Amino acid sequence: MSTEYKPHPEDALSHVEEPATVYPVNPPTKSLDLLGWARSNLFGSIPNTILTLVALFLLVETLPPLINWAFISSVWSSATPDACRADGVGACWAVVQNKYRFILFGLYPYEEQWRPVVSTLLYIFAVAVSCNPRFWSRRLLVVWAVVVFGSGILMWGGILGLPYVENEKWGGLPLTLMLSVLGIALAFPLGILAALGRRSDLPVIRSVSVVYIELVRGVPLISVLFMASVMIPLFLPEGVTINKLLRAFIGIVLFTGAYIAEAVRGGLQALPRGQYEAADALGLGYWQKTRLIILPQAIRLVIPPLVNQFISMFKDTSLVFIVGLFDLLNTVKTALTDPLWRPYYVEAYVFTALIYFLFCYFMARYSQYLERHLNTGVRR
Amino acid sequence: MKRFLLAATAVATVSFAATSAFAGPTLDAVKKRGEVICGVHTGLAGFSAPDEKGNWKGIDVDVCRAVAAAVFGDDKKVKFVPLSAQQRLTALQSGEVDILSRNTTWTLTRDTANGLNFTTPNYYDGQGFLVTKKLGVKSAKELNGATVCVQTGTTTEQNLADYFRANNMKLNAVTIEKLEEVNAAYVAGRCDAYTSDASQLASIRANDVPNPDDHIILPEIISKEPLAPSVRHGDDQWFDIVKWTQYAMISGEEYGVTSANVDDVAKTATDPNVKRLLGVTPGMGAALGLDEKWGYNIIKQVGNYAETFEANVGPKTPLKLERGLNAQWNKGGLMYAPPVR
Repeated sequence: MSTEYKPHPEDALSHVEEPATVYPVNPPTKSLDLLGWARSNLFGSIPNTILTLVALFLLVETLPPLINWAFISSVWSSATPDACRADGVGACWAVVQNKYRFILFGLYPYEEQWRPVVSTLLYIFAVAVSCNPRFWSRRLLVVWAVVVFGSGILMWGGILGLPYVENEKWGGLPLTLMLSVLGIALAFPLGILAALGRRSDLPVIRSVSVVYIELVRGVPLISVLFMASVMIPLFLPEGVTINKLLRAFIGIVLFTGAYIAEAVRGGLQALPRGQYEAADALGLGYWQKTRLIILPQAIRLVIPPLVNQFISMFKDTSLVFIVGLFDLLNTVKTALTDPLWRPYYVEAYVFTALIYFLFCYFMARYSQYLERHLNTGVRR
Repeated sequence: MKRFLLAATAVATVSFAATSAFAGPTLDAVKKRGEVICGVHTGLAGFSAPDEKGNWKGIDVDVCRAVAAAVFGDDKKVKFVPLSAQQRLTALQSGEVDILSRNTTWTLTRDTANGLNFTTPNYYDGQGFLVTKKLGVKSAKELNGATVCVQTGTTTEQNLADYFRANNMKLNAVTIEKLEEVNAAYVAGRCDAYTSDASQLASIRANDVPNPDDHIILPEIISKEPLAPSVRHGDDQWFDIVKWTQYAMISGEEYGVTSANVDDVAKTATDPNVKRLLGVTPGMGAALGLDEKWGYNIIKQVGNYAETFEANVGPKTPLKLERGLNAQWNKGGLMYAPPVR
């Protein structure tokens, strides 16, 4: 129902000579009526109307062809690209059908690919459990230890009758997930330590933290990875190599840690001094104060930038292609070197984008949930 | 004292020359490790790319398999390390890989300053032009003012500019970073011509354009791209092994020895060249520091050069490349193996 503003009955009686009365303004109409909503939001003014018409025109122009391309005249299943070459054929999803094993698992031996599947599920399970505040206790550490250890055994093998698979052959989604989940798990504490260190009174700790944060933040991730992969081997004796995966992983953790440190420092500085003083007054030591009073409040304040950092890190793992690792994006790229399927690269990239979106969207929604959950009582 | 030193050096030199099977550090390290580590392209169809099941395939890959067959008698004993273009030289210099078999052009700088030793080309490539027939152009010299699609960040771009400048022609280059996108741009008609390595152009003509007969590759080849595997400076024996592994494959084709008939040929061969190649007449393996069956194992397990060419890049594959420069020397090509003796 749309309600129009009507002058108050008393106002109608007021004399004209009296000083202009300030009418109480009604709250903006909150109408559930579709027409009313459209009138106020879409056609409220002339520029608005023009914009609406332009947007409508664009939608009509693009949406039906897009739906037609993606769903109606698309080829869903075909063993060869011949079916996609016919005239008037839309998206060739058959490329995904033919390449999904390589896209998802990379170079991992074909017959053994159930192992990365199980391992990925283990990680997703552990993340899901950790996301639920009901399970927040020390037992979570046990869950994580079991998952990390178990998936390590699964992925490497070499015991329990599983053939050994060297980690150069890991790839695709499991690699991307492991790099991000373990990367976050290590970078987060590192970042907190660096943030605390930067605000420390001890000059040595403070300068080490500042140098680390500023040095790492001052260079792009791609150059950190590049240094790790190209420069380090030159300094080592011939034949001695550090595992490529480990090199990339360390690079990612160091890089993300520096950014997290700055986000956390923002939270630390936003806390009123009184909190620190109160903790001191209670006679808490430094670590007690930090663990019980400061961090719980500071981190809650910086959930949005932290999650932002995690999301961007999840996507940044795709830069490990520079070290020759086959993460999710690189496996698509490699799958597309097949000249037969190369012309259908858009479809393959759309498939991968959907996977990335799924994970990032989950993180975004979860952070919103977490903010609501943790902010009970202090909502402003 | 001086005379003594001189004598000692002479003795050392003689004894060094006598034991030609002196084991170099790389061969020792490879044998101890139990596998050859081979740097390959992260994905270049026909040269080195993983198939749907993650097995490496391609003519660059086959060189490494052949070396493993020569050293261990087992072409499976090789680990492939995919390398990006930036990584490849360091990976070899630092000892991360034993062989770099990654679609790398043999140039003077790389052969000297970069510390690489190129064995022998396994594919002779060169930059060319692909145009639509509608354009009515018969030679690259007629491309004055043409819009040319080219991938960025490669020497291809430089060669293109140089060629147009040298011939006093006006160039409109459309530079795009991703291969798929350059292909799409050409297919969509955004440029009159597409320049890249001829092998690449052939595969684009065969797979990416809607109708291959509407497009031709112009006869001019504007650059030399001898693609060759390489090893580190400083280990001549390993250099010899990789080089002669490739020559064994080329000789195999020259003498008509294939993976299918190698067993019969080894029994019935009368040609002394073939007998030495397959180890029926011993001596060659010892000279290389390898088993006498090295040549037999290469051809039995990997095949001769023609076989790997046909299986990976030949007319029956999606790349559909003709032999051209890569035919045997007596068939108009450049593949020429020195005598095995």
